[in-house]
Amino acid sequence: MSALTELYNEQIKEHEKKPRNFGKLETANRVAEGRNPVCGDHFTVYLQYEDDVIKDIRFEGEGCAISKASASMMTRSVKGKNKADAEQLFSEFHQMVLGELDEETTPNQLGYLKVFAGVRNFPVRVKCASLSWHTMHAALEGEETTSTEDFGPDIASSQISA
Amino acid sequence: MTMAEMLALGMSKNEQPIETSWDVERVRADFPVLRQTVNGKPLVYLDNAASSQVPQVVIDRGSRYLQEEHSNIHRGVHYLSQRATSAYDGAREKVRRFINARESKECIFVRGCTEGINLVMHGYGRKFVGEGDEIIISEMEHHSNIVPWQMLCEEKGARLRVIPMDDAGELLLDEYDALLNERTKLVAVMHISNSLGTINPLKEIISRAHKMGVPVLIDGAQGAPHLKVDVQDLDCDFYIMSGHKMFAPTGSGVVYGKAEWLERMNPFMGGGDMIRTVTFEKTTYAGLPNKFEAGTPAIAAQIGLGAAIDYLEGLDREEAHRYEQELLRYATEKLSAIESVRLIGTAREKASVLAFVIEGVHPHDVGTILDYEGVAIRAGHHCAQPVMQHFKVPATSRASFAFYNTKEEVDIFVRAVEQVVEVLG
Ligand SMILES: Cc1ncc(COP(=O)(O)O)c(C=O)c1O
Repeated sequence: MSALTELYNEQIKEHEKKPRNFGKLETANRVAEGRNPVCGDHFTVYLQYEDDVIKDIRFEGEGCAISKASASMMTRSVKGKNKADAEQLFSEFHQMVLGELDEETTPNQLGYLKVFAGVRNFPVRVKCASLSWHTMHAALEGEETTSTEDFGPDIASSQISA
Repeated sequence: MTMAEMLALGMSKNEQPIETSWDVERVRADFPVLRQTVNGKPLVYLDNAASSQVPQVVIDRGSRYLQEEHSNIHRGVHYLSQRATSAYDGAREKVRRFINARESKECIFVRGCTEGINLVMHGYGRKFVGEGDEIIISEMEHHSNIVPWQMLCEEKGARLRVIPMDDAGELLLDEYDALLNERTKLVAVMHISNSLGTINPLKEIISRAHKMGVPVLIDGAQGAPHLKVDVQDLDCDFYIMSGHKMFAPTGSGVVYGKAEWLERMNPFMGGGDMIRTVTFEKTTYAGLPNKFEAGTPAIAAQIGLGAAIDYLEGLDREEAHRYEQELLRYATEKLSAIESVRLIGTAREKASVLAFVIEGVHPHDVGTILDYEGVAIRAGHHCAQPVMQHFKVPATSRASFAFYNTKEEVDIFVRAVEQVVEVLG
Protein backbone atom coordinates (compact mmCIF):
# COMPACT_ATOMS: atom_id res chain seq x y z
CA MET A 1 0.00 0.00 0.00
CA SER A 2 1.42 3.36 -0.93
CA ALA A 3 1.34 6.34 1.40
CA LEU A 4 -1.28 7.75 -0.92
CA THR A 5 -3.70 4.83 -0.73
CA GLU A 6 -3.06 4.65 3.02
CA LEU A 7 -4.16 8.29 3.25
CA TYR A 8 -7.11 8.00 0.92
CA ASN A 9 -8.28 4.64 2.23
CA GLU A 10 -11.73 3.22 1.59
CA GLN A 11 -13.23 4.30 4.92
CA ILE A 12 -12.10 7.89 4.48
CA LYS A 13 -13.43 8.01 0.93
CA GLU A 14 -16.71 6.49 2.03
CA HIS A 15 -17.19 9.05 4.83
CA GLU A 16 -16.30 11.87 2.47
CA LYS A 17 -18.93 10.78 -0.02
CA LYS A 18 -21.56 10.03 2.64
CA PRO A 19 -20.80 12.08 5.71
CA ARG A 20 -22.63 11.02 8.90
CA ASN A 21 -24.52 13.46 11.11
CA PHE A 22 -24.33 16.07 8.38
CA GLY A 23 -26.59 19.11 8.67
CA LYS A 24 -27.84 21.48 11.28
CA LEU A 25 -28.77 20.29 14.77
CA GLU A 26 -31.92 22.08 15.91
CA THR A 27 -31.48 21.11 19.57
CA ALA A 28 -27.91 22.40 19.77
CA ASN A 29 -26.93 24.55 22.73
CA ARG A 30 -23.28 24.93 21.74
CA VAL A 31 -22.28 25.93 18.20
CA ALA A 32 -18.85 26.80 16.85
CA GLU A 33 -17.51 27.52 13.40
CA GLY A 34 -13.97 26.50 12.48
CA ARG A 35 -12.12 27.92 9.52
CA ASN A 36 -8.90 27.30 7.73
CA PRO A 37 -8.29 30.66 6.07
CA VAL A 38 -5.42 29.24 4.03
CA CYS A 39 -7.62 26.90 2.04
CA GLY A 40 -11.10 28.18 2.81
CA ASP A 41 -12.31 25.00 4.52
CA HIS A 42 -14.98 25.74 7.07
CA PHE A 43 -17.17 23.60 9.30
CA THR A 44 -19.83 24.35 11.86
CA VAL A 45 -20.10 21.88 14.72
CA TYR A 46 -23.39 21.71 16.64
CA LEU A 47 -23.47 20.16 20.10
CA GLN A 48 -26.30 19.29 22.37
CA TYR A 49 -24.21 19.23 25.52
CA GLU A 50 -26.12 18.53 28.72
CA ASP A 51 -25.09 17.24 32.15
CA ASP A 52 -21.50 17.01 30.89
CA VAL A 53 -22.51 14.66 28.08
CA ILE A 54 -22.48 15.22 24.33
CA LYS A 55 -26.05 14.03 23.83
CA ASP A 56 -26.03 14.82 20.13
CA ILE A 57 -23.64 16.28 17.56
CA ARG A 58 -23.92 17.27 13.92
CA PHE A 59 -21.81 19.29 11.49
CA GLU A 60 -22.07 21.23 8.24
CA GLY A 61 -19.66 22.99 5.95
CA GLU A 62 -17.22 22.18 3.22
CA GLY A 63 -13.68 21.10 2.85
CA CYS A 64 -11.35 18.52 1.39
CA ALA A 65 -11.78 14.76 1.66
CA ILE A 66 -9.61 14.55 4.75
CA SER A 67 -11.33 17.33 6.67
CA LYS A 68 -14.82 16.20 5.76
CA ALA A 69 -14.25 12.51 6.54
CA SER A 70 -12.59 13.51 9.78
CA ALA A 71 -15.58 15.62 10.82
CA SER A 72 -17.93 12.79 9.94
CA MET A 73 -16.04 10.17 11.94
CA MET A 74 -15.53 12.55 14.83
CA THR A 75 -19.26 13.03 15.25
CA ARG A 76 -19.66 9.29 15.53
CA SER A 77 -16.89 8.81 18.01
CA VAL A 78 -17.69 11.58 20.51
CA LYS A 79 -21.45 11.20 20.63
CA GLY A 80 -22.41 10.09 24.14
CA LYS A 81 -19.03 10.97 25.65
CA ASN A 82 -18.43 13.39 28.48
CA LYS A 83 -16.16 16.37 27.95
CA ALA A 84 -13.05 14.83 29.50
CA ASP A 85 -13.32 11.69 27.38
CA ALA A 86 -13.97 13.66 24.19
CA GLU A 87 -10.94 15.87 24.87
CA GLN A 88 -8.83 12.82 25.62
CA LEU A 89 -9.83 11.30 22.30
CA PHE A 90 -8.97 14.56 20.52
CA SER A 91 -5.56 14.54 22.15
CA GLU A 92 -4.86 10.96 21.06
CA PHE A 93 -6.12 11.67 17.54
CA HIS A 94 -3.97 14.78 17.28
CA GLN A 95 -0.87 12.97 18.48
CA MET A 96 -1.51 10.15 16.05
CA VAL A 97 -1.81 12.39 12.99
CA LEU A 98 1.29 14.31 14.07
CA GLY A 99 3.15 11.00 14.25
CA GLU A 100 3.75 11.37 17.98
CA LEU A 101 1.65 8.42 19.05
CA ASP A 102 1.97 4.93 17.63
CA GLU A 103 -1.60 3.73 17.68
CA GLU A 104 -0.50 0.09 17.41
CA THR A 105 1.83 0.02 20.42
CA THR A 106 0.48 2.68 22.79
CA PRO A 107 -2.85 1.91 24.49
CA ASN A 108 -5.56 4.27 23.23
CA GLN A 109 -9.28 4.70 22.62
CA LEU A 110 -8.94 5.60 18.94
CA GLY A 111 -10.77 2.58 17.52
CA TYR A 112 -11.82 3.20 13.91
CA LEU A 113 -10.25 6.68 14.00
CA LYS A 114 -7.01 4.82 13.30
CA VAL A 115 -7.89 5.04 9.60
CA PHE A 116 -6.43 8.57 9.82
CA ALA A 117 -2.97 7.31 10.78
CA GLY A 118 -1.81 7.86 7.19
CA VAL A 119 -2.09 11.62 7.64
CA ARG A 120 1.22 11.53 9.51
CA ASN A 121 3.02 11.06 6.17
CA PHE A 122 1.50 14.33 4.90
CA PRO A 123 2.35 16.99 7.51
CA VAL A 124 0.58 19.77 5.59
CA ARG A 125 -2.68 17.85 5.92
CA VAL A 126 -2.63 17.64 9.74
CA LYS A 127 -4.67 20.84 9.92
CA CYS A 128 -7.30 19.33 7.63
CA ALA A 129 -7.66 16.26 9.80
CA SER A 130 -7.84 18.23 13.03
CA LEU A 131 -10.03 21.20 11.96
CA SER A 132 -13.34 19.68 13.08
CA TRP A 133 -11.81 18.47 16.34
CA HIS A 134 -10.56 21.93 17.17
CA THR A 135 -14.02 23.22 16.33
CA MET A 136 -15.71 20.69 18.61
CA HIS A 137 -13.28 21.70 21.34
CA ALA A 138 -14.19 25.37 20.82
CA ALA A 139 -17.88 24.52 21.07
CA LEU A 140 -17.32 22.63 24.32
CA GLU A 141 -15.47 25.65 25.67
CA GLY A 142 -18.41 27.85 24.71
CA GLU A 143 -16.51 29.69 21.96
CA GLU A 144 -18.27 30.53 18.74
CA THR A 145 -15.41 30.57 16.28
CA THR A 146 -11.98 29.13 15.88
CA SER A 147 -9.37 29.27 13.15
CA THR A 148 -6.43 27.08 12.23
CA GLU A 149 -4.16 30.07 12.77
CA ASP A 150 -4.94 29.80 16.45
CA PHE A 151 -4.03 26.13 16.73
CA GLY A 152 -0.29 26.69 16.76
CA PRO A 153 1.98 25.20 14.14
CA ASP A 154 0.41 21.69 14.14
CA ILE A 155 3.86 20.38 13.32
CA ALA A 156 5.53 17.51 15.11
CA SER A 157 8.66 18.75 16.84
CA SER A 158 10.67 16.19 14.88
CA GLN A 159 9.63 17.87 11.62
CA ILE A 160 10.99 21.32 12.31
CA SER A 161 14.09 21.48 10.15
CA ALA A 162 17.33 23.20 10.96
CA MET B 1 3.11 19.78 -39.47
CA THR B 2 1.72 21.65 -42.43
CA MET B 3 -1.54 23.54 -42.32
CA ALA B 4 -3.12 20.93 -44.62
CA GLU B 5 -2.04 18.09 -42.33
CA MET B 6 -3.45 19.90 -39.35
CA LEU B 7 -6.75 20.51 -40.99
CA ALA B 8 -6.79 16.84 -41.94
CA LEU B 9 -6.41 15.99 -38.23
CA GLY B 10 -9.37 18.18 -37.46
CA MET B 11 -7.33 20.85 -35.69
CA SER B 12 -8.59 24.34 -35.98
CA LYS B 13 -6.28 27.18 -36.83
CA ASN B 14 -5.80 28.41 -33.32
CA GLU B 15 -5.02 24.94 -32.06
CA GLN B 16 -2.03 24.74 -34.30
CA PRO B 17 1.21 24.13 -32.43
CA ILE B 18 3.20 27.31 -32.30
CA GLU B 19 6.64 26.88 -33.79
CA THR B 20 9.31 27.80 -31.30
CA SER B 21 13.05 27.52 -31.44
CA TRP B 22 13.28 27.78 -27.67
CA ASP B 23 16.10 25.67 -26.23
CA VAL B 24 14.38 24.70 -23.01
CA GLU B 25 17.07 22.27 -21.85
CA ARG B 26 19.70 24.97 -22.01
CA VAL B 27 17.53 27.42 -20.05
CA ARG B 28 16.56 24.77 -17.53
CA ALA B 29 20.19 24.12 -16.75
CA ASP B 30 20.39 27.67 -15.37
CA PHE B 31 17.99 26.78 -12.52
CA PRO B 32 19.63 24.55 -9.91
CA VAL B 33 16.44 24.06 -7.87
CA LEU B 34 14.89 22.11 -10.71
CA ARG B 35 17.52 19.36 -10.43
CA GLN B 36 15.99 17.44 -7.56
CA THR B 37 13.62 14.67 -6.78
CA VAL B 38 10.52 14.69 -4.59
CA ASN B 39 9.33 11.36 -3.19
CA GLY B 40 11.86 9.74 -5.49
CA LYS B 41 10.37 11.43 -8.56
CA PRO B 42 11.79 14.33 -10.54
CA LEU B 43 10.46 17.65 -9.31
CA VAL B 44 7.94 19.14 -11.73
CA TYR B 45 7.60 22.74 -10.62
CA LEU B 46 4.33 24.25 -11.83
CA ASP B 47 3.77 26.85 -9.14
CA ASN B 48 5.52 29.70 -10.89
CA ALA B 49 2.68 32.16 -10.39
CA ALA B 50 3.24 31.88 -6.64
CA SER B 51 7.03 32.14 -6.84
CA SER B 52 9.29 31.49 -9.78
CA GLN B 53 12.70 29.88 -9.42
CA VAL B 54 16.03 31.67 -9.31
CA PRO B 55 18.78 31.14 -11.89
CA GLN B 56 22.37 30.46 -10.82
CA VAL B 57 23.58 33.91 -11.96
CA VAL B 58 21.15 35.57 -9.55
CA ILE B 59 22.21 33.28 -6.71
CA ASP B 60 25.86 34.06 -7.49
CA ARG B 61 25.22 37.78 -7.56
CA GLY B 62 23.53 37.62 -4.15
CA SER B 63 26.32 35.64 -2.60
CA ARG B 64 28.96 37.91 -4.15
CA TYR B 65 27.23 40.84 -2.47
CA LEU B 66 27.24 39.03 0.88
CA GLN B 67 30.85 37.92 0.50
CA GLU B 68 32.40 41.07 -0.89
CA GLU B 69 30.12 44.08 -0.63
CA HIS B 70 27.75 43.75 2.32
CA SER B 71 27.33 47.04 4.18
CA ASN B 72 24.76 49.78 4.52
CA ILE B 73 23.97 52.00 1.57
CA HIS B 74 23.81 55.77 1.18
CA ARG B 75 25.34 56.19 4.64
CA GLY B 76 29.04 55.55 4.58
CA VAL B 77 31.97 57.14 2.89
CA HIS B 78 33.90 53.92 3.16
CA TYR B 79 34.77 51.57 0.35
CA LEU B 80 32.24 48.81 1.05
CA SER B 81 29.35 51.21 1.48
CA GLN B 82 30.17 52.79 -1.84
CA ARG B 83 30.27 49.42 -3.56
CA ALA B 84 26.96 48.38 -2.02
CA THR B 85 25.40 51.73 -2.91
CA SER B 86 26.51 51.56 -6.50
CA ALA B 87 25.26 47.97 -6.84
CA TYR B 88 21.90 48.94 -5.32
CA ASP B 89 21.47 52.05 -7.45
CA GLY B 90 22.70 50.06 -10.43
CA ALA B 91 19.84 47.62 -9.88
CA ARG B 92 17.44 50.55 -9.95
CA GLU B 93 18.81 51.67 -13.30
CA LYS B 94 18.35 48.12 -14.62
CA VAL B 95 14.73 48.22 -13.50
CA ARG B 96 14.29 51.55 -15.26
CA ARG B 97 15.54 50.15 -18.55
CA PHE B 98 13.57 46.95 -18.13
CA ILE B 99 10.23 48.76 -17.92
CA ASN B 100 11.32 51.80 -19.93
CA ALA B 101 10.65 54.37 -17.21
CA ARG B 102 11.80 57.90 -17.98
CA GLU B 103 13.99 58.20 -14.90
CA SER B 104 15.34 55.74 -12.38
CA LYS B 105 14.01 57.84 -9.51
CA GLU B 106 10.54 56.78 -10.65
CA CYS B 107 11.41 53.22 -9.60
CA ILE B 108 10.92 52.79 -5.86
CA PHE B 109 12.24 49.64 -4.24
CA VAL B 110 9.77 47.84 -1.98
CA ARG B 111 9.63 44.32 -0.56
CA GLY B 112 7.03 43.20 -3.06
CA CYS B 113 3.76 43.92 -4.71
CA THR B 114 1.70 43.98 -1.52
CA GLU B 115 3.95 46.57 0.06
CA GLY B 116 3.95 48.49 -3.22
CA ILE B 117 0.17 48.75 -3.42
CA ASN B 118 0.04 49.79 0.22
CA LEU B 119 2.61 52.46 -0.53
CA VAL B 120 0.33 53.94 -3.17
CA MET B 121 -2.69 53.58 -0.91
CA HIS B 122 -0.98 55.60 1.83
CA GLY B 123 0.92 58.00 -0.39
CA TYR B 124 -1.70 58.72 -3.01
CA GLY B 125 -4.93 57.46 -1.47
CA ARG B 126 -4.76 59.09 1.92
CA LYS B 127 -3.82 62.38 0.31
CA PHE B 128 -6.10 62.55 -2.70
CA VAL B 129 -9.15 60.42 -1.85
CA GLY B 130 -11.91 61.93 0.25
CA GLU B 131 -15.48 61.36 1.33
CA GLY B 132 -17.81 60.38 -1.49
CA ASP B 133 -14.92 59.65 -3.86
CA GLU B 134 -14.69 56.34 -5.68
CA ILE B 135 -11.99 53.82 -6.46
CA ILE B 136 -12.46 51.27 -9.21
CA ILE B 137 -10.94 47.80 -9.00
CA SER B 138 -11.98 44.60 -10.77
CA GLU B 139 -13.68 41.38 -9.82
CA MET B 140 -10.57 39.34 -10.55
CA GLU B 141 -8.16 41.22 -8.26
CA HIS B 142 -5.77 39.58 -5.84
CA HIS B 143 -6.58 40.40 -2.21
CA SER B 144 -3.55 42.68 -2.18
CA ASN B 145 -5.31 44.96 -4.67
CA ILE B 146 -8.63 44.82 -2.82
CA VAL B 147 -7.96 45.05 0.90
CA PRO B 148 -5.78 48.21 0.94
CA TRP B 149 -8.45 50.08 -1.04
CA GLN B 150 -11.18 48.78 1.21
CA MET B 151 -9.24 50.05 4.22
CA LEU B 152 -8.85 53.42 2.56
CA CYS B 153 -12.55 53.62 1.66
CA GLU B 154 -13.50 52.78 5.21
CA GLU B 155 -11.21 55.46 6.59
CA LYS B 156 -12.29 58.16 4.14
CA GLY B 157 -15.93 57.33 3.57
CA ALA B 158 -15.12 56.61 -0.06
CA ARG B 159 -16.70 53.91 -2.20
CA LEU B 160 -15.15 50.85 -3.83
CA ARG B 161 -16.56 50.03 -7.28
CA VAL B 162 -15.88 46.73 -9.02
CA ILE B 163 -15.60 46.01 -12.76
CA PRO B 164 -17.38 42.68 -13.25
CA MET B 165 -16.13 39.86 -15.45
CA ASP B 166 -17.81 37.24 -17.58
CA ASP B 167 -17.62 33.47 -17.18
CA ALA B 168 -14.55 33.21 -19.37
CA GLY B 169 -12.76 35.53 -16.97
CA GLU B 170 -12.72 38.65 -19.15
CA LEU B 171 -13.50 42.09 -17.76
CA LEU B 172 -16.69 43.72 -19.02
CA LEU B 173 -15.40 47.00 -20.39
CA ASP B 174 -18.85 48.44 -21.00
CA GLU B 175 -19.52 48.07 -17.31
CA TYR B 176 -16.21 49.74 -16.65
CA ASP B 177 -17.28 52.74 -18.73
CA ALA B 178 -20.45 52.93 -16.70
CA LEU B 179 -18.48 53.02 -13.45
CA LEU B 180 -16.08 55.81 -14.44
CA ASN B 181 -17.31 59.20 -13.34
CA GLU B 182 -16.17 62.51 -11.92
CA ARG B 183 -15.94 61.04 -8.41
CA THR B 184 -13.48 58.34 -9.53
CA LYS B 185 -10.07 59.00 -7.99
CA LEU B 186 -8.18 55.88 -9.02
CA VAL B 187 -8.48 52.77 -11.16
CA ALA B 188 -6.47 49.81 -9.80
CA VAL B 189 -6.43 46.63 -11.88
CA MET B 190 -4.15 43.70 -12.51
CA HIS B 191 -2.13 43.13 -15.67
CA ILE B 192 -2.48 39.35 -15.66
CA SER B 193 -4.78 37.42 -13.34
CA ASN B 194 -2.97 35.00 -11.03
CA SER B 195 -6.09 32.89 -10.58
CA LEU B 196 -7.39 32.82 -14.19
CA GLY B 197 -4.49 33.73 -16.43
CA THR B 198 -6.46 36.50 -18.17
CA ILE B 199 -4.31 39.19 -19.79
CA ASN B 200 -6.25 42.41 -19.36
CA PRO B 201 -6.46 45.03 -22.14
CA LEU B 202 -4.43 47.60 -20.22
CA LYS B 203 -4.13 50.25 -22.89
CA GLU B 204 -7.87 50.36 -23.29
CA ILE B 205 -8.43 50.48 -19.53
CA ILE B 206 -5.82 53.19 -19.04
CA SER B 207 -6.87 55.43 -21.90
CA ARG B 208 -10.53 55.38 -20.85
CA ALA B 209 -9.55 56.42 -17.30
CA HIS B 210 -7.22 59.13 -18.56
CA LYS B 211 -10.02 60.60 -20.64
CA MET B 212 -11.70 61.28 -17.31
CA GLY B 213 -8.45 62.51 -15.77
CA VAL B 214 -8.20 59.46 -13.50
CA PRO B 215 -4.82 57.86 -12.73
CA VAL B 216 -4.37 54.09 -13.12
CA LEU B 217 -2.42 51.65 -10.98
CA ILE B 218 -1.43 48.32 -12.51
CA ASP B 219 -0.76 45.31 -10.30
CA GLY B 220 2.02 43.87 -12.42
CA ALA B 221 2.90 40.93 -10.15
CA GLN B 222 2.02 38.46 -12.91
CA GLY B 223 2.60 40.78 -15.86
CA ALA B 224 6.31 41.44 -15.53
CA PRO B 225 7.33 37.74 -15.50
CA HIS B 226 5.47 36.94 -18.71
CA LEU B 227 5.33 40.05 -20.89
CA LYS B 228 7.58 42.87 -21.96
CA VAL B 229 6.44 45.93 -20.00
CA ASP B 230 6.84 49.46 -21.31
CA VAL B 231 5.36 51.87 -18.79
CA GLN B 232 5.63 54.86 -21.12
CA ASP B 233 3.87 53.08 -23.91
CA LEU B 234 1.15 51.86 -21.51
CA ASP B 235 1.03 55.32 -19.96
CA CYS B 236 0.07 53.83 -16.59
CA ASP B 237 0.56 56.02 -13.54
CA PHE B 238 1.78 53.18 -11.30
CA TYR B 239 3.08 49.72 -12.12
CA ILE B 240 3.89 47.37 -9.23
CA MET B 241 6.07 44.25 -9.31
CA SER B 242 7.27 41.43 -7.03
CA GLY B 243 10.81 40.19 -7.62
CA HIS B 244 10.14 36.67 -6.41
CA LYS B 245 7.71 36.09 -9.26
CA MET B 246 10.30 37.25 -11.81
CA PHE B 247 13.23 34.98 -11.03
CA ALA B 248 14.66 37.13 -8.21
CA PRO B 249 14.73 36.55 -4.43
CA THR B 250 11.86 37.34 -2.07
CA GLY B 251 12.05 40.77 -0.50
CA SER B 252 12.62 42.52 -3.82
CA GLY B 253 10.01 44.53 -5.65
CA VAL B 254 9.29 47.79 -7.38
CA VAL B 255 6.74 50.57 -7.45
CA TYR B 256 7.02 52.44 -10.69
CA GLY B 257 5.22 55.75 -10.44
CA LYS B 258 5.17 58.80 -12.66
CA ALA B 259 7.40 61.40 -11.03
CA GLU B 260 4.61 63.97 -11.12
CA TRP B 261 2.53 61.75 -8.83
CA LEU B 262 5.34 60.52 -6.62
CA GLU B 263 6.42 64.07 -5.94
CA ARG B 264 2.97 65.15 -4.86
CA MET B 265 2.26 62.07 -2.75
CA ASN B 266 2.71 61.65 0.98
CA PRO B 267 5.65 59.53 2.07
CA PHE B 268 4.85 55.95 3.09
CA MET B 269 6.93 55.02 6.11
CA GLY B 270 8.81 57.54 8.18
CA GLY B 271 12.38 56.99 9.33
CA GLY B 272 15.98 57.15 8.27
CA ASP B 273 17.01 57.82 4.67
CA MET B 274 13.71 59.39 3.66
CA ILE B 275 14.43 62.80 5.16
CA ARG B 276 16.30 65.92 4.20
CA THR B 277 16.34 67.59 7.64
CA VAL B 278 14.81 66.61 10.95
CA THR B 279 14.13 68.82 13.96
CA PHE B 280 11.55 68.15 16.64
CA GLU B 281 9.41 70.85 15.12
CA LYS B 282 9.50 69.75 11.50
CA THR B 283 10.91 67.27 9.05
CA THR B 284 11.46 67.88 5.38
CA TYR B 285 11.48 64.87 3.14
CA ALA B 286 14.11 63.64 0.77
CA GLY B 287 13.58 63.71 -2.98
CA LEU B 288 12.74 60.69 -5.10
CA PRO B 289 13.27 57.81 -4.73
CA ASN B 290 14.52 58.11 -1.14
CA LYS B 291 11.32 59.75 0.08
CA PHE B 292 9.68 56.33 -0.22
CA GLU B 293 12.54 54.17 1.01
CA ALA B 294 12.68 54.63 4.77
CA GLY B 295 15.13 52.45 6.65
CA THR B 296 17.66 49.95 5.40
CA PRO B 297 16.15 48.15 2.42
CA ALA B 298 16.57 44.54 1.27
CA ILE B 299 19.86 45.38 -0.46
CA ALA B 300 20.89 41.85 -1.42
CA ALA B 301 17.41 41.05 -2.75
CA GLN B 302 17.20 44.18 -4.90
CA ILE B 303 20.67 43.59 -6.30
CA GLY B 304 19.40 40.08 -7.07
CA LEU B 305 16.46 41.62 -8.91
CA GLY B 306 18.91 43.60 -11.01
CA ALA B 307 20.74 40.36 -11.86
CA ALA B 308 17.43 38.64 -12.70
CA ILE B 309 16.65 41.47 -15.11
CA ASP B 310 20.06 41.03 -16.74
CA TYR B 311 19.26 37.34 -17.05
CA LEU B 312 15.86 37.97 -18.61
CA GLU B 313 17.29 40.49 -21.04
CA GLY B 314 19.84 37.93 -22.10
CA LEU B 315 16.98 35.69 -23.25
CA ASP B 316 14.85 36.17 -26.31
CA ARG B 317 11.74 37.22 -24.41
CA GLU B 318 9.41 37.06 -27.37
CA GLU B 319 10.53 33.54 -28.03
CA ALA B 320 10.09 32.75 -24.32
CA HIS B 321 6.55 34.07 -24.50
CA ARG B 322 5.76 32.05 -27.61
CA TYR B 323 7.13 28.96 -25.89
CA GLU B 324 5.00 29.54 -22.77
CA GLN B 325 1.97 29.99 -25.00
CA GLU B 326 2.73 26.68 -26.65
CA LEU B 327 3.01 24.96 -23.23
CA LEU B 328 -0.32 26.50 -22.25
CA ARG B 329 -2.00 25.36 -25.44
CA TYR B 330 -0.62 21.84 -25.06
CA ALA B 331 -1.58 21.57 -21.38
CA THR B 332 -5.04 23.04 -21.96
CA GLU B 333 -5.76 20.54 -24.70
CA LYS B 334 -4.56 17.55 -22.68
CA LEU B 335 -6.26 18.56 -19.46
CA SER B 336 -9.60 19.33 -21.04
CA ALA B 337 -9.61 15.85 -22.54
CA ILE B 338 -10.17 14.48 -19.02
CA GLU B 339 -13.91 14.21 -18.62
CA SER B 340 -14.42 15.38 -15.04
CA VAL B 341 -12.09 18.38 -15.40
CA ARG B 342 -13.52 21.88 -15.73
CA LEU B 343 -11.19 24.74 -16.61
CA ILE B 344 -11.58 27.97 -14.66
CA GLY B 345 -10.43 30.89 -16.77
CA THR B 346 -10.82 30.60 -20.52
CA ALA B 347 -10.17 34.15 -21.69
CA ARG B 348 -9.04 34.64 -25.28
CA GLU B 349 -5.82 36.31 -24.14
CA LYS B 350 -4.17 34.24 -21.44
CA ALA B 351 -0.78 33.82 -19.84
CA SER B 352 0.48 30.35 -18.96
CA VAL B 353 -1.78 29.84 -15.95
CA LEU B 354 -4.12 26.86 -16.00
CA ALA B 355 -6.70 26.67 -13.22
CA PHE B 356 -9.17 23.82 -12.96
CA VAL B 357 -11.50 21.85 -10.75
CA ILE B 358 -12.24 18.13 -10.83
CA GLU B 359 -15.83 17.17 -10.23
CA GLY B 360 -16.29 15.78 -6.75
CA VAL B 361 -12.68 16.22 -5.72
CA HIS B 362 -11.44 19.01 -3.48
CA PRO B 363 -8.41 20.91 -4.84
CA HIS B 364 -6.40 20.20 -1.71
CA ASP B 365 -6.67 16.51 -2.32
CA VAL B 366 -5.57 17.15 -5.91
CA GLY B 367 -2.56 19.06 -4.59
CA THR B 368 -1.59 16.26 -2.21
CA ILE B 369 -1.77 13.56 -4.87
CA LEU B 370 0.16 15.66 -7.38
CA ASP B 371 2.80 16.45 -4.78
CA TYR B 372 3.16 12.74 -4.14
CA GLU B 373 4.01 12.42 -7.84
CA GLY B 374 6.56 15.22 -7.55
CA VAL B 375 4.31 17.79 -9.21
CA ALA B 376 4.08 21.15 -7.42
CA ILE B 377 0.88 23.06 -8.10
CA ARG B 378 -1.14 25.46 -6.00
CA ALA B 379 -4.50 24.49 -4.53
CA GLY B 380 -6.68 27.04 -2.81
CA HIS B 381 -8.37 30.35 -3.38
CA HIS B 382 -5.19 32.02 -4.72
CA CYS B 383 -5.86 35.12 -2.63
CA ALA B 384 -8.79 35.84 -4.92
CA GLN B 385 -11.88 34.76 -3.00
CA PRO B 386 -14.21 36.93 -5.12
CA VAL B 387 -13.04 34.96 -8.18
CA MET B 388 -13.93 31.71 -6.41
CA GLN B 389 -17.34 33.18 -5.58
CA HIS B 390 -17.88 34.15 -9.21
CA PHE B 391 -17.24 30.59 -10.39
CA LYS B 392 -19.07 29.12 -7.36
CA VAL B 393 -16.17 26.95 -6.28
CA PRO B 394 -14.52 26.94 -2.85
CA ALA B 395 -11.07 26.68 -4.41
CA THR B 396 -9.26 25.61 -7.56
CA SER B 397 -6.10 23.78 -8.51
CA ARG B 398 -3.66 25.82 -10.56
CA ALA B 399 -0.69 24.86 -12.68
CA SER B 400 1.38 27.82 -13.82
CA PHE B 401 4.19 27.42 -16.31
CA ALA B 402 7.45 29.24 -16.82
CA PHE B 403 9.77 29.14 -19.81
CA TYR B 404 11.87 26.42 -18.13
CA ASN B 405 9.01 23.92 -17.99
CA THR B 406 8.82 21.20 -20.62
CA LYS B 407 6.16 19.29 -22.52
CA GLU B 408 7.32 16.14 -20.73
CA GLU B 409 6.47 17.88 -17.46
CA VAL B 410 3.03 18.71 -18.80
CA ASP B 411 2.60 14.99 -19.58
CA ILE B 412 3.61 14.02 -16.04
CA PHE B 413 1.20 16.62 -14.65
CA VAL B 414 -1.69 15.38 -16.77
CA ARG B 415 -1.00 11.74 -15.86
CA ALA B 416 -1.03 12.72 -12.20
CA VAL B 417 -4.40 14.43 -12.64
CA GLU B 418 -5.70 11.25 -14.26
CA GLN B 419 -4.47 9.38 -11.20
CA VAL B 420 -6.44 11.76 -8.97
CA VAL B 421 -9.57 10.87 -10.89
CA GLU B 422 -8.77 7.16 -10.43
CA VAL B 423 -8.10 7.45 -6.69
CA LEU B 424 -10.85 9.89 -5.72
CA GLY B 425 -13.12 10.57 -8.67
C1 LIG C 1 -1.67 39.34 -9.12
C2 LIG C 1 -0.95 39.42 -7.81
N1 LIG C 1 -0.94 40.57 -7.14
C3 LIG C 1 -0.29 40.70 -5.98
C4 LIG C 1 0.39 39.66 -5.42
C5 LIG C 1 1.08 39.86 -4.11
O1 LIG C 1 2.45 39.77 -4.25
P1 LIG C 1 3.39 39.60 -2.99
O2 LIG C 1 2.84 38.47 -2.19
O3 LIG C 1 4.73 39.29 -3.58
O4 LIG C 1 3.39 40.88 -2.25
C6 LIG C 1 0.40 38.43 -6.09
C7 LIG C 1 1.11 37.27 -5.54
O5 LIG C 1 0.66 36.45 -4.83
C8 LIG C 1 -0.29 38.31 -7.31
O6 LIG C 1 -0.31 37.16 -7.98
